[in-house]
Amino acid sequence: MAETFIALMAQGAQMLLVLLVAPALAGLTRMVKARLMRRQGPPLMQGYRDLLKLVRKEAVVADNASWLFRASPYVIFALTWVAAALVPTFASGLMFNWAADVVALVAIAGAARALLALAGMDIGTSFGGLGSSREMMISSLAEPAMLLVVLTMALVAGTTRLPAVADFFIAQPLAIRVSLALAFVSLVIVALAENARIPVDNPATHLELTMVHEAMVLEYSGRHLAMIEAAGQLKMVLYISLMVCLFVPYGMAPADAGVAAWVLGGAFYVGKLAVAAAALGVWEVSIAKMRVFRVSEFLGVAFIFAFLAILLSFLTQEVLH
Amino acid sequence: MNHAYDVSHFLAGLMLVASFALLYQDRVLAVLRTFALQAIILSLAVAWEAWAQDRPHLFITAALALGLKGIIIPLALHRMIARLGIHRDVEKVVGVGFTMLIGLGLTALSLLLILKATAAAPALAREGLAIALAIILLGLLMMITRRNAVTQIIGFMSIENGLILGATGARGMPLVVEISVAFSVLIALFVFAVFVFRIRERFDTVDVEALEQVRGDK
Repeated sequence: MAETFIALMAQGAQMLLVLLVAPALAGLTRMVKARLMRRQGPPLMQGYRDLLKLVRKEAVVADNASWLFRASPYVIFALTWVAAALVPTFASGLMFNWAADVVALVAIAGAARALLALAGMDIGTSFGGLGSSREMMISSLAEPAMLLVVLTMALVAGTTRLPAVADFFIAQPLAIRVSLALAFVSLVIVALAENARIPVDNPATHLELTMVHEAMVLEYSGRHLAMIEAAGQLKMVLYISLMVCLFVPYGMAPADAGVAAWVLGGAFYVGKLAVAAAALGVWEVSIAKMRVFRVSEFLGVAFIFAFLAILLSFLTQEVLH
Repeated sequence: MNHAYDVSHFLAGLMLVASFALLYQDRVLAVLRTFALQAIILSLAVAWEAWAQDRPHLFITAALALGLKGIIIPLALHRMIARLGIHRDVEKVVGVGFTMLIGLGLTALSLLLILKATAAAPALAREGLAIALAIILLGLLMMITRRNAVTQIIGFMSIENGLILGATGARGMPLVVEISVAFSVLIALFVFAVFVFRIRERFDTVDVEALEQVRGDK
């Protein structure tokens, strides 16, 4: 009974952790970008303040909005939160980790994206439709690459369940694996596209020609916008956690560890998140946004890399066994 | 043993990635730089084999690859591009996506073929041969899909990179053959250069499509 309680508490702690750390993570990226441009930039707490402000404000909804428009933000937020809470972060054997299959996570993220695209078209403004169609184009290119990355991991580790993959890589001795490196690059490209980061979409712009994500959520305000923003931040946490869990799971607490190991694992996890967010900031100031028509080539690179990763890991297995 | 395999697998994999980058690039100078990078990776791979398998004569091959294809040929091509005045050209490569898909198919084909054909050979040889065949086919594909004479030359040279990689992974070519191959590539470069300048003189362009129009009007 007590053990179940502790396990439940640990799972709850993870759910709270990803939720609480998300705005700070987005804020850290923004701060690194601002500092590199020699601006002061907003403080780390700004993300929380913005969300609080939006929740307090009145939500303005267009006259012809259907129930879908009102319901989507909450459902999107819930789906993204579930996905982010399932990925093993500070410990690999948490209570609901058995459900953390990468294919399932991709499906959950896909459902959230489909809802967002529908909501973007619901009001019937031209911007929303434009944003939705672009978002669908990007995701239809990114998803095959993502699934190929998953397949690479499945070939190497023998499973698509995240805790098992993490345990497998922690147990393996360090080695140079070109297929994993290729899969990592591919996943980074997919993550940049899915999170609307710079070479694909600019998160800070409101310029009509270049908006993708912002165009879809243009009609939202108040608490609905707060949900959408929080879901976007959680999505970034989800993808960074996925990368950390698949490629650098070192420092994660094992399945049957105690509270002390969990706290240590948590410190490692937050450190890794911070490094990733800072690296994203550096990347974003050093590169320009692509034209929308070049995005397909950029994501094509992700597809090619993931496919090569599969071929090379297949080659290794065939040659060595 | 496993460590030796890991590193050579890594370097060979990087060469394959460089081949795909050659197919992907559309700027002439970027293609040239990618080619030089591939040659440098090749020389690293050969040097690693020489060190790991204790076959010192391979160091000569590595030095040849680095000196000729990593430095001399890229520099010569660079001067050629500068003299032709095409260093800013962006080549119209038809259907990058489609070409890349064909390239993936060719890679998968060569892996399957070599793995089937060499079931009894040692691991390093199979690995080297499989990736080498893929690089050779990708070089051929590049020669077919490109229209600029200079990038076609680079495609040809990358085929030779694949040959050296395959020969290194297998028993290895005799040194005489290796040196003569290296120098015949160098001579081929001179021949190509003469041809490219002749084509330019005659048609005011290095787009080989111009050659097709003169067919039959003798």
